[in-house]
Amino acid sequence: MSAVRCHVAIVGSGAGGGTVAAALAPLVAAGKRVLVLERGPRFLDEDFTGRELDMAPALYADEGGFLTADGTMTLAFARGYGGSTIVYTGTSLIAPRRVIEQWAVPGIDYADLERRSRKYMEENGVQLLPPALVNENNQLFATGAAAAGFHAEQFPLNLRGCRGSSLCNLGCPNAAKQGTNRVQLPRAERMGVEVVTRALVTRLGERRLHVTVSARPAGGKGAEPEWAPGDYEIEAETVVLAGGVLGTTPLLLGSGLPGLPRRLGAGFTCHPAHILVAEHAREITNDVGHPKSFFVDRAEAEGYVLETCMYFPFITAKNLTGFGAGHSTFMQAFPRLQMILVLACDKAVPDNRIAVDRKGRPVVHYRFTDQVIESMVRATRASARIFFAAGALRVHAPSADPPLLEAAEAPRIDQRIDARHFRTGTISISAAHLMGGCAMGRDAASSVTDSRGVVHGLPWLRVADASLFPDSLEINPYLTIMALADRVAEGVLQDTAR
Amino acid sequence: MASLPTGSPRPAFRALAQCFIPETARATDSQWRALESAVATALAARPARLRRQVRLFVRLIGFTARARYGTGFAGLGAARGTALLEGLAASRVLLFRRGVWGLRTLVMLGWYTDPAVIAALGYRASAAGWEARR
Repeated sequence: MSAVRCHVAIVGSGAGGGTVAAALAPLVAAGKRVLVLERGPRFLDEDFTGRELDMAPALYADEGGFLTADGTMTLAFARGYGGSTIVYTGTSLIAPRRVIEQWAVPGIDYADLERRSRKYMEENGVQLLPPALVNENNQLFATGAAAAGFHAEQFPLNLRGCRGSSLCNLGCPNAAKQGTNRVQLPRAERMGVEVVTRALVTRLGERRLHVTVSARPAGGKGAEPEWAPGDYEIEAETVVLAGGVLGTTPLLLGSGLPGLPRRLGAGFTCHPAHILVAEHAREITNDVGHPKSFFVDRAEAEGYVLETCMYFPFITAKNLTGFGAGHSTFMQAFPRLQMILVLACDKAVPDNRIAVDRKGRPVVHYRFTDQVIESMVRATRASARIFFAAGALRVHAPSADPPLLEAAEAPRIDQRIDARHFRTGTISISAAHLMGGCAMGRDAASSVTDSRGVVHGLPWLRVADASLFPDSLEINPYLTIMALADRVAEGVLQDTAR
Repeated sequence: MASLPTGSPRPAFRALAQCFIPETARATDSQWRALESAVATALAARPARLRRQVRLFVRLIGFTARARYGTGFAGLGAARGTALLEGLAASRVLLFRRGVWGLRTLVMLGWYTDPAVIAALGYRASAAGWEARR
């Protein structure tokens, strides 16, 4: 067992941890040691092959198929230098004002979050994709939405030199996507922050972390760890937990630290999503170009968001309901397929929470509320209208029975797509926007941390990831995570100065 | 050593796969090996509890086939095998629905990640992106 002392230990290197690392880097020049502990590897550029079978196990926990306790939804989250910013599509939206105001966290001011979000938009190269680089899968969404009476908006994306591989969710093979692995972490390291990869925090104690560093497995992707494999006891004046929603809360729950707030683990939300697919008569450009250029935001009015998307063959196959000849026929239309991702804006409810099993591994209890099911059904109907308005021959709708709707059935969308056909266990529902578990709030009775991420009653311990969200964000979360992490880092700097 | 959910009798696994994806009936030996290897590797990486559940569910399918048709699943043929699986997938019991969903997802993982299969579908994504299409 090796002993290490530092001023700040940051657990996790994604949108939260990477942001905190860069913001605290000036402490190094002042003689303070800042460590980032990342459980995944530091991937090399040549590791990103774009092959699903290679990349999913390397990047995602449980290959992207982490199941909720009742097995009805899969949760996707990545592990590696950069966390889930390695695998997101780079969609960069500022949190809606109404959501932040509904959160009603004392100390969180919308204008402040907006200012910080804009700072990171600038830093991470956020821009709109030029029209010439928008593929037909996205163009059809925009034209279909307009024709069907929906307002489609273009996603700002954090890209530099996108070649349109369409492989964002398997890690950009061209280093174009500007996640923390490309921007904040390299800068922090240049300024002296130490990032240790393959470093799994197994125990959290009072200002202490027990860490196991593992060697690169034979044939595995990524670099060797920066520290020699073995066990380390790290003593830190400040600990910042930013290991993502299924890293931070389970670590706290398993810590046995005295006085942890009762709300720890509560308030899990995730924007449950599924992929809808439609078939056109002709081939379209779908597997080339950035996959996610447009969205329709109906969160406030109807509880859902529609986003363009294009997935790989296995993910597509998994998301089509059923099996057998009909399923195969649809898959064989791959070059003619258009896709829309529907996301439901779920709300924090008592049943939906994070726990740990006897070995300290995360267990997510999640029940689809009637509100979520209705949102998904409304979103599916809206998507079907957009598909047909864009000229699709047929639409695959998981909450229809049978799931294939022909164009002639367009006038009957409301009857065909109905909540009574939404049957868990047959529909592939997944989520990648994991939120909550360490909600910010006023006090230990109603929340886990304050608005600077300090865990109530434990001033040396902070949280800086989406665990902080007291409720669903209702839009893609990474920019808000960065804005909140920036506040957390500012708090650490202020404490250090004192 | 990673193993298939059916254990050693591969015919049962291949019969299941052919019900889920009829084209696998035309798979070459090397495609079967790749599919089976992908499934076994994926299972090996999952929690032990989940692996046990998958194995138990496969046994349940075999038991149901014997009870209903007097033969193991591998002896049912595509039509009866598919009907049996569709029945379980439409069950009121969540565990049965989930079981079929999980098994078919595993088979799809093995098949739709095969480079030859996805090329035949017309999937052409590459790092070169737009340059490769112009």
